[in-house]
Amino acid sequence: MSLSEIDSTATALTFDDVSVVRGGSLIWSEGTFEVPAGGIVAIIGSNGSGKTSLLNVVLGLIAPASGHVRVLGKPPGEVNQIIGYVPQNYAASAGDAIRVCDAVMLGLNGTRWAFGRPTREERRRVAEALDAVDAGAFADRRLSELSGGQRQRVAIAEALAARPRMLILDEPLAALDLRNQREIVQLLDRLNKQLGVTILVVAHDLNPLLSVLTSAIYLLDGHAHFDTLDGVVEEKLLSHLYGTPIQVVRTPQGELYMRSRS
Amino acid sequence: MTIQAMAFGYQENWWSILTSSFMSNALIGGTIVALAAGLIGYFVIVRNTAFAAHALAHIGLPGATGAVLLGMPVALGLGVFCVGGALVIGVLGNRRSDREVATGTVLALATGFGLFFNSLATRSSSTMTNVLFGNLLAISREQLLTFAVLLVLLAASIGLLYRPLLYSSVNVEVAQAKGLPVRLLSMIFMALLGLAVTMAVQAVGTLLLFALIVTPAATAIMLTPKPPRAMIISTAISVVSVWLGVALSAMFNLPPSFVIVTIACGVWFLVWLLERHVWPRSTGAASRGIQSTAPQSTAAQSVTAQRISAEFAANQPETFGDHGHR
Repeated sequence: MSLSEIDSTATALTFDDVSVVRGGSLIWSEGTFEVPAGGIVAIIGSNGSGKTSLLNVVLGLIAPASGHVRVLGKPPGEVNQIIGYVPQNYAASAGDAIRVCDAVMLGLNGTRWAFGRPTREERRRVAEALDAVDAGAFADRRLSELSGGQRQRVAIAEALAARPRMLILDEPLAALDLRNQREIVQLLDRLNKQLGVTILVVAHDLNPLLSVLTSAIYLLDGHAHFDTLDGVVEEKLLSHLYGTPIQVVRTPQGELYMRSRS
Repeated sequence: MTIQAMAFGYQENWWSILTSSFMSNALIGGTIVALAAGLIGYFVIVRNTAFAAHALAHIGLPGATGAVLLGMPVALGLGVFCVGGALVIGVLGNRRSDREVATGTVLALATGFGLFFNSLATRSSSTMTNVLFGNLLAISREQLLTFAVLLVLLAASIGLLYRPLLYSSVNVEVAQAKGLPVRLLSMIFMALLGLAVTMAVQAVGTLLLFALIVTPAATAIMLTPKPPRAMIISTAISVVSVWLGVALSAMFNLPPSFVIVTIACGVWFLVWLLERHVWPRSTGAASRGIQSTAPQSTAAQSVTAQRISAEFAANQPETFGDHGHR
């Protein structure tokens, strides 16, 4: 499908009384919310609160113990061809044996059987995906030659190659320095605005993302909730969420950030 | 036979040895084994299963000595244990931390049983040596046929699984999310590796197998990061090592396995040296924090990409700036 067919009015996620059980114990429950398409949505919660489980439910990799889930209007797993997933630790092991452009090509045709030469159209889409993340300059390098920030861009390019309607990123800013964090955040904002992709981003540190987020799914006291950014960035809620006093500061320029209060 | 009294030395009649019928079996068999090793080697490295490949060869040892004990063909025992062991490693080794220990433990146990079976069967010491160090000269015509069938099976499987196997090797989580059966792919790969190992053991033996399957692939990956090209180079190194190895062993009356392994390792060492000191690629520079210049082709490529991106953007005017809800 081409990107012009994207219906940005559709609902990205619909959760109806969803609960998740892993290894016999309840991780979270009572997840009932609708996430509108087109935004940048943070998924937040303390360690072990079930953020990864939530991603896996959205991707259809684990079935919810109860309730109903719809992803872009379809049951989870059915629409994964138009979901770009960027896991943590992208290509940690195979980096020496493959070039950036070959890895991105896999995002386009990696699920097809048999050996096949990429078509001109496929090459064009790989170039397009690399250019969308400003990674065209290192298309011919080995993955192992890239810095952390470059590698994260390539991971996003691989996800973009299939022209997804939704991008899911698991801790894309972890292990990046401040400059690379800012560049990835700007990139996500640009992709969201220019391509209209809904972006779900798991993050333990919200600060670098606050300027671009529209809303957040948060996991609190064993329940999954969804709210707009203004509803979430609130001292009492954040303090409860992180289990430590949090102060929300708004600078005279209107920038928002939060910090741990001692 | 030799012109010198020593056990090894130049043999004048090496050409007639090389062209004799038992040598042609060795050459054809060795070529088939080298092709199989070269094909699977790239994936062994991409999937980080070099240690498993090494261990599988040892797991074949009790199979081979046990087969002698039961009066069955050695290759059958080898094959059953290698493929079976491969599947066991595939099941156990889901997490890499587990896999290392599980593989090593099974390896030790298998070697112990191999020794035990060998001690029970009094006439099998030559089998033991053959399995440990390989014996291309012992390959029979019937085995050649089996090898050829296995090679076709291996090549067809790798051809069919190429892209999903590569995808699940490079980016397993995403491949799984996209609906690829990553566990099944992993098991199939291990079974194929088991087959390749079974064949390679006949050529170079369990102890030297690493040098025929893993080392040429590692050499090829140093030379090129392009997967199909790496597979071709890796296969070429394996084949040339076997041919030169057999020829030199006929010339100087040396054990073929020794010469094959020495050539394969020599090529690896040479490329490693050249890569480090003569043409260091940007890896080294990047890891030392030096910004290396972009390869020549990328400038043209990024211009193309910009043009493409402009087209791409021009086709999507309605998706621009319609996110007023922020």
